[in-house]
Amino acid sequence: MVEMQRVSNQVGEREDVPAALTEEDVRRILRSELEHAATRDAGTKTATFIASKGTLDWAYPPLILATTAAASGMETSIFFTFYGLNIIHKDFERLLKVSPLGNPAMPMPVPMPNFVLGLPGMGPVATKMMKTKFHRKNVATITDLLASAQELGVRLIACQMTMDVFGYEPEDFLDGVEFAGAAAFLAEARRAHVTLFI
Amino acid sequence: MAEIQIKEDAVLDARGLLCPMPIVKTAKAIKELEPGQVLKLVATDRGSVADVPAWAESTGNELLEWHEEGQDFIFFVRKGDGS
Repeated sequence: MVEMQRVSNQVGEREDVPAALTEEDVRRILRSELEHAATRDAGTKTATFIASKGTLDWAYPPLILATTAAASGMETSIFFTFYGLNIIHKDFERLLKVSPLGNPAMPMPVPMPNFVLGLPGMGPVATKMMKTKFHRKNVATITDLLASAQELGVRLIACQMTMDVFGYEPEDFLDGVEFAGAAAFLAEARRAHVTLFI
Repeated sequence: MAEIQIKEDAVLDARGLLCPMPIVKTAKAIKELEPGQVLKLVATDRGSVADVPAWAESTGNELLEWHEEGQDFIFFVRKGDGS
């Protein structure tokens, strides 16, 4: 110890630095301090999503992520804007549909040209097909996911501006839905590490 | 694999459920337990093999052990002090 101190002094280092502190010690201390800081950081426990799409298939990702975030102990909110308002509309069951038109990724039982997919009745058929498939695979329904989200305390927030554009009233939406604008989303997003636009 | 006998305090049957329901129901079930108690989760969702450890880590609960039994994935989670 005395020997090392002497060596340190020779190279002009400060005397109060313990000579026995190795690089490994420094790394260990730094690692634990960083971990500590991460657990104290409220941002790691906050998630906020924007749901902007109003089709049946696109209703799933924001609800799945939000319920999982809330189940993982995060304070979670979803802002529903534009067509995403369909998801929290009281009539979501009827409003959420899928269309095979212009969606080449949608699996069809037989290949169909676009002009056939545009015929009346094809949309309801595609919607029914997707619901049946999800039901068979035991995927949670939108009703289930909304109920879970509300039970887990996910805040469902409707965008006031798009409500006004589409002519919606607060009573058109599910009980418990809140109403706000871009500033409210940003206030939430700036303290959340998880923010997604869907 | 060494057979370790873990005694559970509660069992959650999440067989047949797909993402995100096994995690949503696990979170609910663990809430009912006291810190230190163990939840046995039985799931068939292959995604839960990645999701349950990730969930346990981010919520401060401890995944004691997991294994496959036929079609089932069986997890033992001990409730931490935090959640």
